[in-house]
Amino acid sequence: MKEQDKFQEKIEQDEKIEPKDWMPDRYRNQLIRMMSQHAHSEIVGMLPEGNWITRAPSLRRKMGLLAKVQDEAGHGMYIYSNTETLGISRQEMIDQLLKGEAKYSNIFNYPTLSWADIGMIGWLVDGAAMVNQTMLVKTSYGPYSRAMIRICKEENFHRKQGHEIVATLANGIPEQQEMVQDALNRWWWPTLMMFGPPDSNSPHTNELMQWKVKRKSNDELRQDFIDRVIPEAHQMGLKIPDPDLIFNEETGHWEIGEIDWDEFWQVIKGNGPMNHERLETRRKAHESGRWVREAAEAYAHKQKLQQQKAS
Amino acid sequence: MSEEEHSTNDQWPLWEVFTQKKRGAPHQHAGSVHAPDPEMALQNARDVYARRSEAVNIWVVPSSEITASNPSDKESFFDPADDKIYRHPQFYEVPRAAKKRTSSGS
Ligand SMILES: [Fe+2]
Ligand SMILES: [Fe+2]
Repeated sequence: MKEQDKFQEKIEQDEKIEPKDWMPDRYRNQLIRMMSQHAHSEIVGMLPEGNWITRAPSLRRKMGLLAKVQDEAGHGMYIYSNTETLGISRQEMIDQLLKGEAKYSNIFNYPTLSWADIGMIGWLVDGAAMVNQTMLVKTSYGPYSRAMIRICKEENFHRKQGHEIVATLANGIPEQQEMVQDALNRWWWPTLMMFGPPDSNSPHTNELMQWKVKRKSNDELRQDFIDRVIPEAHQMGLKIPDPDLIFNEETGHWEIGEIDWDEFWQVIKGNGPMNHERLETRRKAHESGRWVREAAEAYAHKQKLQQQKAS
Repeated sequence: MSEEEHSTNDQWPLWEVFTQKKRGAPHQHAGSVHAPDPEMALQNARDVYARRSEAVNIWVVPSSEITASNPSDKESFFDPADDKIYRHPQFYEVPRAAKKRTSSGS
């Protein structure tokens, strides 16, 4: 049997593809693209939240947020290392990010203006990421799937701590209620865009679904998220900022108004409110960490020399 | 290592991480980390793969030291095991009564 046929057969039988298996170049490259973008999103995703750690309103909130941000660093590390199984090095991926050549989730190019935004990120952004990542547990590439299993276990805490913040504010004094509604107004549409362009205009979806890299389309995932999160919003007394929103009794689904895809493409092109700032912060962090990396290397080198001398 | 080599900022070696969930359980592959030496590989592995008591013990092994079988040889490499059904208990038949006695209590 030809390698191509064997590969196809594995996909059809829902067998996972493992690093040393033969795979089409295009499958490999699409996965490198998708997984490295995913890893970058975890890393850049730490920034909007990280800048609220020192301003968290209580020690309980601070501990939770700190642990969440640390988890996101871990997620970045799992996915980088599992992407390396495809033949690209982590350094290459990090260089691509720092040079501004790589993409990451658009959502992190929006600013976190108030404490309520931290609640929104956990409840909405991590909630949306979870819908996507739960689907990716079933992806056909073994190492990606394994990273997703680990990540999904941790995301639940992220979403819940965010939901708790939102619910607390929604239940608070009028100023807090206003603050949390304002945050929802700003985060709602960008969160819906996280699932990517509509199926009618998504260049990669078909191919990725044929290879079972993705198991659901962008629109399907978006609908899953909408149906789950809208009742939660209503239950907390929040108003979804969409005048066209209706519940379709027949289908049992919520139907939303038009998404502003121009905004989506603008942010992808680098014209979002925070694109420049996020990359600058990453570059600075990378530079200020240089002496730590050099010290660790010097120490490792010295230890090795000593060992050689002793033996 | 010269000054120049220090500043190239090359990637640190890769280590495969194996974690043991609880005492008595086998070590299982968890993922990998980059680190300049074994000590830091262990610390990185703890921070990346055991933030929620997922491990009571960790092994780190330089990835370059691992030899793996080749998936394309899967058939020829493993087929000695495929035709030896007599290695399984289902291959053998025993009298019924004896069977009952050994499985009593179930
Ligand atoms: Fe994450
Ligand atoms: Fe998260």
